[in-house]
Amino acid sequence: MTPLTYLALVLVWEAFVRAFSIPGWILPSPSAIAATAVTWAPELFFHSLVTVRETLIGFLLALVFSLPLAVVIAFTTTLRRLLYPILLGLQSIPKVALAPLVILWLGVGELPKIVIVVLVCFFPILVNVVAGFEAVPKAMLDLMHSLRASEMSIFRRLRIPIATPYLFTGCKVAITFAVIGAVIGEFVAAQEGLGYLILISSAQSQTALAFAAILLLTVISVVLFYGIEFLEKRLVTWSP
Amino acid sequence: MSSEGVSARDALRGANDTGTDARLQDTPAVELVGITKTFGTGQDFVRALGPIDLAVATGTFVSVVGPSGCGKSTLLRLIAGLDVPTEGKIWRYGAALDGPSQDVAIVFQEHVLFPWASVLENVMLPADVLGLPKAPARERAFRLLEMTGLKEFAGHKPHMLSGGMKQRAAFCRALLSDPQLLLLDEPFGALDALTREELSLELSRLWQDLGRTALLITHDIEEAILLGDRVIVMSNRPGRPRLDISVDLPRPRDVNTAKHPRFVEIKQMARGLLFTREQD
Repeated sequence: MTPLTYLALVLVWEAFVRAFSIPGWILPSPSAIAATAVTWAPELFFHSLVTVRETLIGFLLALVFSLPLAVVIAFTTTLRRLLYPILLGLQSIPKVALAPLVILWLGVGELPKIVIVVLVCFFPILVNVVAGFEAVPKAMLDLMHSLRASEMSIFRRLRIPIATPYLFTGCKVAITFAVIGAVIGEFVAAQEGLGYLILISSAQSQTALAFAAILLLTVISVVLFYGIEFLEKRLVTWSP
Repeated sequence: MSSEGVSARDALRGANDTGTDARLQDTPAVELVGITKTFGTGQDFVRALGPIDLAVATGTFVSVVGPSGCGKSTLLRLIAGLDVPTEGKIWRYGAALDGPSQDVAIVFQEHVLFPWASVLENVMLPADVLGLPKAPARERAFRLLEMTGLKEFAGHKPHMLSGGMKQRAAFCRALLSDPQLLLLDEPFGALDALTREELSLELSRLWQDLGRTALLITHDIEEAILLGDRVIVMSNRPGRPRLDISVDLPRPRDVNTAKHPRFVEIKQMARGLLFTREQD
C-alpha cells in the first residue's frame, strides 16, 4: 500500500466518526487519538520502553538458547531422536496459554514477561535453524567429502552459510511473536508496559489512549521486523 | 583454454608439478575387480552395477557412456571413494582405495559453486580444505582462471556468471590441487548444446596439456567419442560394460573430428548397443 492509501483510510475514518457522531469511547477519530498521544507522550514513551526491553531481552535469550540446541539436534543422532519429538510436542502448546502459570511462578515483574517472550521465540528459531543445517545440497556435501573435509570444516564452510537465511526467517517470525508474547504477559499481570496501558485505558473508557498504545505497538513490531530484515540484507548478500 | 600467451602446460606444470611418477606409468590409474553395487534388501533389492572389471591406464581419457539409470554415476562415486562397493575391490595407482583422495578431483553435473563465495574463493576451496600453501595455490588459481577466461570475474559471485562460466569455474576448482585423476560426472549435462560443444573442446585441449588421467561419465555418445581415448558403452541396469572401443582418432580434436569416418563408425556401433536391449 502506498502512503496515499493510508492517508485516504485515515481521512475516511475521520469523516466516518464525524458524520455519524460516534462517541469517542467507542471509536475515537484519528485527530482525537493524535491529540491524546501528544498529551500522554511521556507515559507512552515510558511504557513502550518497558515493552521493547522485555521483547528484545526475551528474543536475544531465545537466540542464545536455541542456537546451541539446534547444533546439538542437527549433529547428534541420539539426542535428535530423544529431544526433537519432545520439542516438537512442546511447540504444539499455545505458549500464550502458559502466561498465567508463568506469572504465578515468577511474579509480576519483567522476568515472567521475558520468559514468555523466550517461550514464543524459541521454537521458530530452533526449527528453522535445524532445517537450515539439513538443507545442504547433497552435491555440496559430496564435493566436501571428496576433499576429505572434516565434519567441523563442513560445518564452518558449508552448513553455517546455508543455514544463515533460515536463521533470519526464524528470527523474523520470532520477533513478531515476541511483541505479542510481551503484551500477553502484561495483560495477565503487570504494572507497566504497553499491554498494561491498553488494559487500563480500555477499562477506563480512555479508548483514544488505547488506540495510541496499539498504534505504538504496531510501529514497534514493524521497526523490529525491518531491523532484522536490514541485518539479513547486510549479511546474506548472495542469492542461491 | 581461451587465453593467448599462456601455454597451459608451462603454466600448470611449473614448480608446482610433481608429474606422474615414472614407476606409476605402467600401473593403471584405476583398476576395478569384480565390482558390484546393490541397493536395498528384499523387495526393494536392486543390483545397480556390475560385476565390472575395468582398468584405466594412466594418462588416458576414458569415456563411459550409457543410458540413464545404468549406474554410471554410481561407478564414478565408487571410484571417487564417496561410496563403497558391495563386492569387489578398487585400486588406485596400485593402492587399495580407502575413501576420497587429494589426488582425485571431481567435476559434477551441477557446478556446485558456493553462492556466498566469490569465484576465486570457490576455486581456492580445495586449498583451504586440504590446507595447501596459500600463495602458490592462489597463483595457480589465477592462472586457471586466466586460461578459462574468468580472470576478470574472480571477485564476482557465481550468480552473476553464465552457466558455461560457472562450469568453467568448477573445472578450475577441480584442477587447483593438480589431481592425478579427474572424474567428470556429466560435467556438461546442465549446459545448452552450444556451450556444451565449446566447453568439451576446451576440456579436450586442457586435458591434453595437463597429461593427467580422466574418466568421463556421460549419456552423450558424441561427447564420449570426441573426448575419449577409449569409449566404454554400459548396459542397462545392472550396468556392465558391453562395448569397449579404443578411439584411434588424431588429437587435437576439433569440430571436424565428428566428420571423421572412424568417428561415425564408433558412433554407430555405440548407438546400436544403446538402443537395443541386451539379449541374455
